[in-house]
Amino acid sequence: MENSVVLDMKDVSKTFPGVKALQHVDFKLRKGEIHALMGENGAGKSTLIKVLTGVHDFESGKITMAGTDIVNKSPQDAQSHGISTVYQEVNLCPNLTVAENLFIGREPRKFGFIDWRIMNKKSAELLKDLDIDANATDKLEECSLAKQQMIAIARAVDMQCQVLILDEPTSSLDDEEVEKLFVLMRRLKGQGVGIIFVTHFLEQVYEVCDRITVLRNGTLVGEYEVAELPRVKLVSKMMGKDFDDLADIKGDHKKLEKFVPVIEAKGVGRKGSIKPFDFVANKGEVVGLTGLLGSGRSELVRAIYGADKPDSGTILVNGKEAKISAPIDAMKLGMAYLPEDRKKDGIIADLSVRENIILALQAKKGMFHLMSHKEMEEAADKYIEMLQIKTASRETPIKSLSGGNQQKVIIGRWLLTNPEYLILDEPTRGIDIGTKTEIQKLVLNLADQGMAVTFISSEVEEMLRTCSRMGVMRDGKKVGELTGDDLTQEGIMKAIAGGDENE
Amino acid sequence: MEMGIFESKTNTKRKINSNTFLLMITILLFLAMYISGMIIFEEGGFAKPQMFLNLFISNAGLLVIAVGQTIVMITGGIDISVGSVTALVCMAVANQMENHGASAYMAVAIALGIGLLYGIVQGFLISYLEIQPFIVSLAGLFFGRGLTSMISTDMISIKNETFLAWAKYRIYLPIGSYSKRGKFLPAYIYPTVIIALVIVFIIAIIMKYTKFGREVYAIGGNAQSAMMMGLNVRKTKFKAYILNGFLAGCGGFLFCLNSCSGFVEQAKGLEMDAISASVIGGTLLSGGVGTPFGTIFGVLIKGTISSLITTQGSLSSWWVRIVLSKEIGLYIFF
Amino acid sequence: MNKETLKNITSKRLFLPIVCLIAVLLVNVIKTPDFFKISLENGVLSGYIIIVINRASELVILAVGMTLVTAASGGQDISVGAVMAVAAAVCCQILSGGATSVTSLAAPLVLAILAGILASALCGAFNGFLVAKLNIQPMVATLILFTAGRGIAQLITKGQITYIRVESYKTFGGYIGKCPIPTPIFIAIIVIVITQLVLKKTALGLYIESVGINGTASRLVGLNSTLIKFLTYVICGIMAGIAGVVASSRIYSADANNIGLNLEMDAILAVALGGNVLGGGKFNLMGSVIGAYTIQALTTTLYAMNVKADQLPVYKAIVVIIIVVLQSPVFKKFLANQKAKKLSNTTAAEGGK
Repeated sequence: MENSVVLDMKDVSKTFPGVKALQHVDFKLRKGEIHALMGENGAGKSTLIKVLTGVHDFESGKITMAGTDIVNKSPQDAQSHGISTVYQEVNLCPNLTVAENLFIGREPRKFGFIDWRIMNKKSAELLKDLDIDANATDKLEECSLAKQQMIAIARAVDMQCQVLILDEPTSSLDDEEVEKLFVLMRRLKGQGVGIIFVTHFLEQVYEVCDRITVLRNGTLVGEYEVAELPRVKLVSKMMGKDFDDLADIKGDHKKLEKFVPVIEAKGVGRKGSIKPFDFVANKGEVVGLTGLLGSGRSELVRAIYGADKPDSGTILVNGKEAKISAPIDAMKLGMAYLPEDRKKDGIIADLSVRENIILALQAKKGMFHLMSHKEMEEAADKYIEMLQIKTASRETPIKSLSGGNQQKVIIGRWLLTNPEYLILDEPTRGIDIGTKTEIQKLVLNLADQGMAVTFISSEVEEMLRTCSRMGVMRDGKKVGELTGDDLTQEGIMKAIAGGDENE
Repeated sequence: MEMGIFESKTNTKRKINSNTFLLMITILLFLAMYISGMIIFEEGGFAKPQMFLNLFISNAGLLVIAVGQTIVMITGGIDISVGSVTALVCMAVANQMENHGASAYMAVAIALGIGLLYGIVQGFLISYLEIQPFIVSLAGLFFGRGLTSMISTDMISIKNETFLAWAKYRIYLPIGSYSKRGKFLPAYIYPTVIIALVIVFIIAIIMKYTKFGREVYAIGGNAQSAMMMGLNVRKTKFKAYILNGFLAGCGGFLFCLNSCSGFVEQAKGLEMDAISASVIGGTLLSGGVGTPFGTIFGVLIKGTISSLITTQGSLSSWWVRIVLSKEIGLYIFF
Repeated sequence: MNKETLKNITSKRLFLPIVCLIAVLLVNVIKTPDFFKISLENGVLSGYIIIVINRASELVILAVGMTLVTAASGGQDISVGAVMAVAAAVCCQILSGGATSVTSLAAPLVLAILAGILASALCGAFNGFLVAKLNIQPMVATLILFTAGRGIAQLITKGQITYIRVESYKTFGGYIGKCPIPTPIFIAIIVIVITQLVLKKTALGLYIESVGINGTASRLVGLNSTLIKFLTYVICGIMAGIAGVVASSRIYSADANNIGLNLEMDAILAVALGGNVLGGGKFNLMGSVIGAYTIQALTTTLYAMNVKADQLPVYKAIVVIIIVVLQSPVFKKFLANQKAKKLSNTTAAEGGK
């Protein structure tokens, strides 16, 4: 039974200034197929989707639908070609009713005026059909986020599409709702709709998908049939294997004899973000947190740092209970946090390199103790030198630097505060291989000097090279820890994948 | 970009947000104020039907202008130039009729033309060049005031016969009151009231029953989502501002029929009246919520406050402004 | 840091404001050849240029506050004119002890002025609370005092204009003793100097910019974004208070209807002219100051061209529109596209040869 191809993307490339988001990517979607699109952060999944739906243009390649070449210039275009999209963030209007959200732009009309009665009736039918517990006349904002997501899906479904794109649709749904969604997806599949399911939830992929396409660093890793790809293999393909031929740098550093906890988190959790966890960071120890995107690595450290205030549990710093209501409290207790999204949470774009570097230390010192210009210049120069930051001068606005160099500035910012506990969330993202190793060596040196470090990275190799212990995260929960002999590539893959090996 | 699961985007403050609920509060407020006025100031003539109708007569122009403002506010924008547009319209119209012999019909065209021009220019700057509405309409305000005094710094009284005939034409109603001698004095309204109400009615239909109207609400609710759903946000915003300009021109003309003159200081602060009437009528400053019907009551409430104060006599008009700002404050918190 | 790089940077930020100012002054000189002439008459300095600098004082003070508010919150405080009236009303009412017109002070001068400025600071705090804590759009939040402020001022003066016909009160708007330079100029300079000192000698300037550019990142770095935004509004209120006292002193009375009338619009314009992005972030205080003097010079120019006071706004409007269009990202992108097109056209043409 050969399923005909409904969407064929060939050799698609897209570059943003300084970043090759997609390089010669192929993607094929067949009729009546549920196709998972997977990859870590920066892999290119969302760029591929945006190129397909007309949000971005692309430089090379071809998109063909049922034989004809198409170019989508806008979401409207995509819609008219039969591509419906449901995005990760609910893209509906909260002030309109459910019925309106379902039909806006294509309302049923009578003599040129909107026929509310028919619209409400059709909406009620649609909602019932999809087993969504909402009324056509409810205001959208009165519905829970999960229901809103289902309504967004209902809208896409009702538009009789050939291709349905679901971009991380299950992130706000509970198990029951996810099941309802799967029922719907299977039904659409039976009707011949091709579904692109972008997700990172492994369990769900194996439950409902037929094929998987894996992207990594903007390139295509491969297209596989779900039945022929065991979980562990999938995880390894997503995370990749960086064949660094660099020696084991850990060997030069002393192994930790005494474990003195700097940070102890007991039962710390935040509703909707991270389930209650226990975590210890010891002096001089480098602890890693591994797991796929969305597994809760960042959420865990953010809860400790006070970036997202936890609603349960206690945190002890050097044995004393700590009250952390805002990042400044954590900073004063000796913590430092390098955020994962440097553009949104890290750099202060229009400020200079110097200002970005000294900002955290200045905040710790307080408003009335401004660092002298000489102090600032020395601090900035120190880290520009140490981290080899490529910048025209220390006064250059940080937004002019390349991503990797920006990252180095933020690292310098936190090193300057001389923390007891340093949290690095994807510190080497976007950095060249030489500097990556420098940073890894730096981390080990800091640990030698007694700093407790938590190192989060999507690249397992680099964590293996620096960490002596690793916490494993899956689907928003800390599921285990690995030390000593278990701390191998295979051991980690297994722990992340979980479930049955041959699934 | 780890996902923050459950990051609810719906503003928890907006729990009691339905249009109908706010509308009911507004209507109740109006009734409460008016009825207490009727009881307290019975001898002052407050209880007479004419009093109620006077609310409409004096505020016909404001009503139309406020409805235009409501539309723009629903898109999440604002237009603080409408007061000066009104002044400009009055002055231009008066000048053309008195000094250049234009007919009253020409005057109507001039008024609408000025309004449309404002709408097109401001709309373009706001929708396509994405400049903040406040700054653009602020410039519009400056421009209008200056232009008005460029036409004439002295007051121009309108003497055009057709115009005055329109302005003074009374439409008598079967209801009324009795004078002290027992003679029946029928209540009356002017055509401006009817025109204003018809316009508001048409706008209400547009907002509720046309694609354009619903798109305006969609943009106000979440412009990004509207775009992702395939709506042309820029074009709709542009149309909204053009419509607002047109209504400002209309309202300006009605205002002129009331004042029968053009002078530099005219309609000062009218934009704030329009905005506060909208807000009191249930329009949210952040956009997405509001109805023409609610705005009617907003205007009525404002009118009632003014009447109450004039009837009371001792308080200065600044009291009106203070009470109004409290009202705005309340609605902001809602 | 060599002098060349320094010059590069300064010329970029203050370039537009200075150019505007020079342009306006040039026009002034052309229209009025003796524009820059300063003479000593009756023991005081006089001349067109003195008038400009003197009368700009309130605007300069307001512009200082407005700059900070714009930088930290990305919005503007439109209540400053009304708050000026409030401060003036409080001050005069205390000085008059309730009477409409007095020839001697009913209370110490210092007390009254402090009270006035305190009142304006409270107004600023009110605005700050709405914007920083409740997250209401600045223009909307300040709309309340914009509408009610003058009413409150009227209330305080009981609906009348309170006159303080006492020499000592007139100093702030007039002259200190035998000094030939008008006092408002001193006050404006002092305000500028103190503000610059605070901004540069404490981390406040840095914090304001940081919060205005990226509130989330600022929080993660340990800054209290809410508090900083709140502070800028309080400062803006205080500035309005100072300006209000100066304005009131000029006319030795508290005229709730006219003090500071329309000055908020000029203040916003000054900030924009100063090269500050109205959407917040990095700011340039001296730019706003230059912008304020430019607007005053512009006003004087227009008067010299016999443009009547009423018609002035037309020209201001045009200037505002030109500035914001030039600043708009959409326009800048459009220009960049046009340049790119031209470039590719020329290369294509050259290639074709």
